[in-house]
Amino acid sequence: MTQDLFYSICGIALFGIGLYGLLIPPHILQKILAVNVMGTGVFMVLIATAQSRAPAIDPVPHAMVLTGIVVAVAGTALALSLVCRIYALSDDTEQDAGR
Amino acid sequence: MFRELNSNAAPPAGLRIVCALAIVGLTLALIAAVVVSGPAAPGLQAAVAAALPHSGVENPVTAVLLNFRSYDTLLEIAVLFVVAVATLPLRRAVAPQRTEAVAVEPVLAALVKLLVPLVVLTGGYLLWVGAYAPGGAFQAGALLAGAGVLLSLAGGFSLAALPARPLLVVGLVVFTAVAAAVGAITGAFLQYPVAAAGVLILVIEAAATVSIAATLLLLYGNLAEPVPSGPLAGTKEPAS
Amino acid sequence: MSGLSLPALLPWLVGLPLLAAAASFAGQRWVAGRWLNAVGAAAQLALAVLVLWLLAAGDSGLGQRYTLGGWGAPLGIDLYIDGFAGLMIAITAALGFVLSLYSCSYFTEPDQAARFWPLWWLLMVALNAVFLAADAFNIYVTLEILGLAAVALVALQGGRPALQAALRYLLVGLLGSLCYLLGVALLYRAYGTLDLAQLGQLVHAAPLSWAALGLITVGLLLKTALLPLHFWLPPAHANAPAPVSAALSALVVKASFYLLARFWLETLSAATTAQGLQVLGVLGAAAVLVGSIQAIRAQRLKLIVAYSTVAQLGYLFLLFPLFGRPSDTAGLGGAVVDAVAYFIIAHACAKAAMFLAAGNIQRAAGHDDISRLHGIARRQPLSLFAFAIAGASLIGLPPSGGFVAKWLLLNAAIDAGQWWWLITVIAGGLLAAVYVFRVLNLAFTDSAEQPPAAEAQPVLPRLLPLGAFALAIITVLLGFNALWVLEVLDIGVPPLQLAADGEAL
Repeated sequence: MTQDLFYSICGIALFGIGLYGLLIPPHILQKILAVNVMGTGVFMVLIATAQSRAPAIDPVPHAMVLTGIVVAVAGTALALSLVCRIYALSDDTEQDAGR
Repeated sequence: MFRELNSNAAPPAGLRIVCALAIVGLTLALIAAVVVSGPAAPGLQAAVAAALPHSGVENPVTAVLLNFRSYDTLLEIAVLFVVAVATLPLRRAVAPQRTEAVAVEPVLAALVKLLVPLVVLTGGYLLWVGAYAPGGAFQAGALLAGAGVLLSLAGGFSLAALPARPLLVVGLVVFTAVAAAVGAITGAFLQYPVAAAGVLILVIEAAATVSIAATLLLLYGNLAEPVPSGPLAGTKEPAS
Repeated sequence: MSGLSLPALLPWLVGLPLLAAAASFAGQRWVAGRWLNAVGAAAQLALAVLVLWLLAAGDSGLGQRYTLGGWGAPLGIDLYIDGFAGLMIAITAALGFVLSLYSCSYFTEPDQAARFWPLWWLLMVALNAVFLAADAFNIYVTLEILGLAAVALVALQGGRPALQAALRYLLVGLLGSLCYLLGVALLYRAYGTLDLAQLGQLVHAAPLSWAALGLITVGLLLKTALLPLHFWLPPAHANAPAPVSAALSALVVKASFYLLARFWLETLSAATTAQGLQVLGVLGAAAVLVGSIQAIRAQRLKLIVAYSTVAQLGYLFLLFPLFGRPSDTAGLGGAVVDAVAYFIIAHACAKAAMFLAAGNIQRAAGHDDISRLHGIARRQPLSLFAFAIAGASLIGLPPSGGFVAKWLLLNAAIDAGQWWWLITVIAGGLLAAVYVFRVLNLAFTDSAEQPPAAEAQPVLPRLLPLGAFALAIITVLLGFNALWVLEVLDIGVPPLQLAADGEAL
């Protein structure tokens, strides 16, 4: 098995793990983390693709990953800020809602 | 599927198992598709290498990000701007109790005095070196934001002390303006004149660094400050 | 060619709203500024009309490409416009203009307006960028702007239901984007290019193509809210401010549908199967029925309109079985695409009118609970009238855009020899009649126990009912001017991809 194939498989597996984490656990922070795990899996597939064109390394997937990271940061931040705003609106009885 | 925030119950075991099996099956199918398809097709590394001398930079990843596929990067700055707009507190006064010095530990204060200039210097270096080696606007912006976080941890600094709006928007404005201006010269939106490409890319990256750092700092400030929580919170927004 | 070159205008469809977003953000303190946003929207409309006119006047009848940065695909990123894309841009700009005018009156609170306008412009950036996109990864970035801006706009009003709907919308959107991105990563691995036209030439039926097609389809279906994946749409669309709801239902969900059509019928058509196309059609038909029934059962006015969107989106998916697998690489065109594009436009106008009318009623009455809206027609006659006209278009009554759209769709189904879709179209129309008349019936009858004069009703700015009414009028006018729209659609239909080897067996 070549190196890039190994990392592609790991990336797809991470994607699957993240998908499970997004769909099943009830905690919202777990879901947000799971989305990031999925994203990391996709980035890993892209990096493996860049590696697969050895001996030269394809810079285009690297650029895609850098763009993707920024987009992931943005999405995560928006999600967390929404969670904070919902949390701020919660009644006392719901204080431990997201726990 | 996506439960409300306040639901604590995990889905029943049966559903979890079915879901897990479905995801395992899906993952294996994707892996199988990759494995049977054999070696990857040739990519764009040859095209990038051929065009690199005309890109104004020597680092191929920077060339892709800020020249060949600069449109993507322009829109990426717009993505960050969306989040900045969506989370920028409106007209809320800076929380006054934060500026009253919370006794800062002397060790932390000394460390910050030492570290922050170094971090800023490193950020500047990363910005500049992006043209030649891994580095660039996002890395530099993240470091600058880190310096800002350090300062705010040591007390007495927040984004609200700066003109936040211009800082948040400058990256987008400079990038769009350069894109349009070079279009007027060379005839194509985002096509830099070859001789000036290196300088223009550095200008765009510098402006983007400022906006990225400001956006990250804003996001940190929003999430770290907070939401009055727990029984200690005296002033709570009324539940709607 | 005239002196004005069409391709040179394309980047401005993205650049203009981008600058407007920055300006409305920086100039937030300037109170008169909000009317400048309407001026900006007028400029965008003028630009879009100019683009459409140049496109229609071009004698080549071909789609137009613009190479950003002067590099050209596959190294650089291109923009591409054909008749379908041009119409989507035109309807975006037209609705954008009316909704911007409406929003000037709607968002009177400075804090809300300050946040609304930059996000609104970024939404316009994303919509135009999606319709012009010719690069698979670029589409990912534009979809993220679209998704995040839409989420932020839904959350604008605050309040727990809106924030929770926004959070769910965000998670679904991120999941959809990541599925899409993994699909693109696999395509790039297999074919070494991101340009849609080049991919269209290279893609052949192979496991990796199928995997990519599946991931891209699931990702875009999530964002389009096709039936089993529609759960997020009603709360998000029903809890957003009125102009935002209108834009989400009229334009945002159409953007991901547009991409689905591009991928299934152009770029990845070599990897599709007839069965797959039929499945999409069946899901669409199910969405028509289930969405309509949910709309009939809903208890809130805006929720009815939102479920109606789920139903109306179902019709669009009849495109796939009726178009069939393209026998040659012919581009997006022909009677079926005409019908569906017309449906998109008619539904966009009618649904925007309906959401604005519902928003007016909600603002005037202080709630949108159906059971307490007796006699609202007396107090909000113009909004109710707009609602009724838009409803007639959704049902498919003549003379309206909806009637023409359904007529074209029925014809296309008969031409394709797939008469069974007729049942869906007709049943959907009847069900739509039930939920529209349910609202109208209540609105025109006075309730015995609730004297109308008892509550002090806020007076709405005149522009609010007029905005809804204007869109309703456009819906009717569409019924009379179908031919010109259909002519524009045929631009770009001649082969985009000349290679014949894309059709490997």
